[in-house]
Amino acid sequence: MSEGDAIPEFSKTKAGAKAGEGHDVSLTNLSAFASGPGIRSGAEVAAIIAVAVVIIGGIELALRLFNVPHYIMPGPSAIAYALYDEFPLIAPHLGYTLVELVSGFSIGAIIGLVMAAVITQFPFAEKIVAPYILILVTTPMLALVPLLILRFGFGYTPRIIAVALAAGPMVMINAATGFRRVDSAKIALARSYGASTLQIFWKIRAPMALPMILVGLMIGAIFGLLTAVGAEMVGGGFGLGNRLTTYSSMIQMPQFFAVVLILSTLGILIYVLFFLIGKKWASWEA
Amino acid sequence: MNAGSAKTPKLGVQAATKIYHMASGDLLALDRCSLDVHANEIVSIVGPSGCGKTTLLWSMSGLHRLSSGTIRLDGREITGPHPDIGIVFQEANLLPWRNLDANIHFPFEIKGEKPDRAWIAHLVNRVGLDGFGGKFPRELSGGMQQRAAIVRALALKPSVLLMDEPFGALDSFTREEMNRLVEEIWLDTKTTIVFITHSIEEAIFLSDRVVVLSARPGRVAQEYRVPFARPRSLEIMATKEVFDLTNTIKMDIVGERVRPKARERGTAEIVRIRP
Repeated sequence: MSEGDAIPEFSKTKAGAKAGEGHDVSLTNLSAFASGPGIRSGAEVAAIIAVAVVIIGGIELALRLFNVPHYIMPGPSAIAYALYDEFPLIAPHLGYTLVELVSGFSIGAIIGLVMAAVITQFPFAEKIVAPYILILVTTPMLALVPLLILRFGFGYTPRIIAVALAAGPMVMINAATGFRRVDSAKIALARSYGASTLQIFWKIRAPMALPMILVGLMIGAIFGLLTAVGAEMVGGGFGLGNRLTTYSSMIQMPQFFAVVLILSTLGILIYVLFFLIGKKWASWEA
Repeated sequence: MNAGSAKTPKLGVQAATKIYHMASGDLLALDRCSLDVHANEIVSIVGPSGCGKTTLLWSMSGLHRLSSGTIRLDGREITGPHPDIGIVFQEANLLPWRNLDANIHFPFEIKGEKPDRAWIAHLVNRVGLDGFGGKFPRELSGGMQQRAAIVRALALKPSVLLMDEPFGALDSFTREEMNRLVEEIWLDTKTTIVFITHSIEEAIFLSDRVVVLSARPGRVAQEYRVPFARPRSLEIMATKEVFDLTNTIKMDIVGERVRPKARERGTAEIVRIRP
């Protein structure tokens, strides 16, 4: 239950707290950040900013104090300037990475979802296929990139395939967990009105699986991002991963870290996106 | 019996036998259980835990297939879920991702029909849920959820309403309120009701007849007529007749529980208490 994951606060247990409680259990399990009750007062905002200033300022100060050279670890101000200065040059690469991520993820997610929906209808088939799915989930698809490049060249194709291979199984394994959640009373309810197998799937099984599907999509998207960047680092002349190898080989550390910053922002955006979708469409699960 | 006969029961159970085949062996849940429910009647079924009450009710609804025996609705054998039979499940069984309106419209959606808005509005008003249509199940108390479930069960205007321990999870005050509500709805619609409960008091208050099932395998052990006129008030519960009847039924059930072995009919081996 999501309430259990939130940091216990006495104020929350008092009257009127009920309305603000998050019911997005599955998603909040993944991060301590999101399970909190949200920012409520100016004092909290001030505290968050103060902590950020202290941490970032502290790093900056320490680096300057100990004379750490830029090529080992650039300070936050240098990184921020590099981000601002170099962004026009980095932006197209961000675009390439997004193209790979979105197309690879879409392909992987659709295949993963369909396979999860089909395979869970046949428990016996599921048993047979399970070990292979486990292999797909546990194998780092990055390992296949050199092979894919050999076959498909240095363009988008090997990267999109790698992203789809990384995201698909993650989506599938989580979605399958969702589809396997059978509530026999709810299925009996639908059957009592003469519902067909297809109606039971769309009106009972799919909505029940939705929270787990969203978790799968989120994990899949984040794995997809990792794989896209990794694949770009392996070979080919474009993409954020390629920028990382380029900048580090040229010892342009502020620019290097600017790319890292963009990547973490991308990851956070993926998380927030699915968190919000979950809040909107799967908040019934308390 | 044929469909035209005046004595045709609304719901006729004949020699209903149900054997569950499980990994640990076969379980005889119902053994040649026979019971007639007449039109416009309220019949409660009570019995010791695991005696097959729910199995019997699910068989009546067509959701379960019997191993042998027949169940007839208006003289015609039931082989699957029937639109003329509504079910109220244990613990409301609302769909948590739908608000009350959408939950109540669910039967129409499955049937591909337009919801009968006037009838639904009448029912919603009757159970006191006006203005709650946009609420989600988790935002409502157990009693209100069960009210919505009753509306949903009656939405398609069934002639038989099967209720499977519907108020078992509610506190005793809410339960009394719900019992009166069921009677009101019955006075309004004269729907034939089969009601399963653990509460003898509830059974007596609601029913024209209380049927006691034997310990597993379930068969009809006793039947009692409850003679009070409707609408009934809670005061009847304090009368000597009700007191005596309650005790008699209690003794029946306790007796059944003490000597289940004596009732074994040998159709199948008893291996487990409950599936």
